[in-house]
Amino acid sequence: MSEKRAMPIKKGDGWKTIPIGGIIPEGGTAEAFKTGDWRTVRPVHHPDRCIHCMQCWAYCPDMSIQLNEDGTKVIGIDLEHCKGCLLCVKVCPDKVEALTSISETEAAKND
Amino acid sequence: MSEVKDTAANQERTALTGNEAMAEAMRQIEPDVVAAYPITPQTEIVQIFSTFVSDGLVKTEYVPVESEHSAMSACVGSAASGARSMTATSANGLALMWEILYIASGTRLPIVMPVVNRALSGPINIHCDHSDTMGARDSGWIQLFSENAQEAYDNMFQAVRIAEHPDVLLPAMVTTDGFIISHGMEVVNTLDDRVVRDFVGEYKIPRNLLDVDNPITVGPLALQDFYFEHKVEQAHAMMRAKPVVQEIAEEYEKLTGRKYGYFEEYRLEDADVAVVVLGSTAGTAKVVVDDLRKEGIKAGLLKLRVFRPFPYEELREAVKHVNVIGVMDRSDSFASIGGPVFSELRAAMYDMDQRPLVTNYVYGLGGRDVDLHMIESAFRELLSIQDSGKVEQYVNYLGVRE
Ligand code: SF4
Ligand code: SF4
Repeated sequence: MSEKRAMPIKKGDGWKTIPIGGIIPEGGTAEAFKTGDWRTVRPVHHPDRCIHCMQCWAYCPDMSIQLNEDGTKVIGIDLEHCKGCLLCVKVCPDKVEALTSISETEAAKND
Repeated sequence: MSEVKDTAANQERTALTGNEAMAEAMRQIEPDVVAAYPITPQTEIVQIFSTFVSDGLVKTEYVPVESEHSAMSACVGSAASGARSMTATSANGLALMWEILYIASGTRLPIVMPVVNRALSGPINIHCDHSDTMGARDSGWIQLFSENAQEAYDNMFQAVRIAEHPDVLLPAMVTTDGFIISHGMEVVNTLDDRVVRDFVGEYKIPRNLLDVDNPITVGPLALQDFYFEHKVEQAHAMMRAKPVVQEIAEEYEKLTGRKYGYFEEYRLEDADVAVVVLGSTAGTAKVVVDDLRKEGIKAGLLKLRVFRPFPYEELREAVKHVNVIGVMDRSDSFASIGGPVFSELRAAMYDMDQRPLVTNYVYGLGGRDVDLHMIESAFRELLSIQDSGKVEQYVNYLGVRE
């Protein structure tokens, strides 16, 4: 994973310091924009059942399937960005079921 | 900047229409991109310019788009990628650009655009009034008005410098009166290509889309948490444009000998009654001022060149001794309390200890001719207001049948 970026424009910045014209003056800033709290339901990864077919990684629209260093194995879910669409759960092969879902209400009880 | 000692020696007297003068100015500026769509009475500007392109006189990328909405959109894209970009329009064409006008100014792209003023439909009309430009007065564009082809030509170069100034970075419109200036032929002193090149310099914006080493996002979402800050920064850019307008005018005067400012004062310094006017009507009104002066009437005139940023402090200072002012608006705001120039000037005068009386003349809509008699009748009315000390009616429609 790339190094975590700080948002170039910080919460609470005033008109005197923000970049003019509404530009975002650097790339890759979506990583710093945490969208995890939009979620009402989350995927749960079960490493013991995972066959690392990469279907979930290929389909996730938010690049929230986390891989190991060399990109060969699924190691978990980036819950700071996962929006809970459950597409990953859908594409995980039926015979494997290495991804299941749990509501955020339930998850909060376990946290 | 190269040294230009003898300003007259570097100029050529040529006969040009307003449109030809603006197209010539564009040739000399040689923008990187021109994206345009034809509309009367502006068509000639981009038609002539496209000839320059096909004759190889300029290296400009000419984009013949399918509408004015696309023309302004193309300019936004090219200006953001670091290319000096221009278009030109009139009336309904400007109206079709509306959405993108705000995007250009909000994104702080210094696009320069000649606007040949024409009445908005309906009823459909192709002749001059200022309702098109005045409608866009809150769009965040700098607005420079011209009295004749010479001023239109000179304003173009200054507009580029004002718009692209690092303290400003806002788009600018340079207007002429449709047909009256755009199609009328006059003597225009033109500059040397080299002089123009040195004056306008290179297009530089702080960040551009094609700088792959420093990637940026242009036009992202800014919601409740940031939109307001962006608009306030934009408002301050317009305030910062004011001293820049003056600074550039002084530099241009040194170069050409022609003096520009926020407005021109004509026999105003000791005037009892005066009109405030924009564009070509100033020429006609000056004749009336001279005639009235011969009768011993202290008549004067103020011709506003810069409507955005609105030079309210300087205007207050210039008119403070005048007893009665007649503001001539070539557009109506349908607010039932007068046209845009009237409302703004009147508001600007509110804090003065001694305010001139002020009334409004809406005139010349849809190209209705304004002659010496009409302006004289307005002046006579100003004199009777001076006697009575009372403004009976805010809005007067000049030269209209009942
Ligand atoms: S739930 Fe949707 S967003 Fe979250 S990891 Fe799965 S596919 Fe990606
Ligand atoms: S789709 Fe299922 S089995 Fe395939 S990598 Fe993802 S979690 Fe593992």
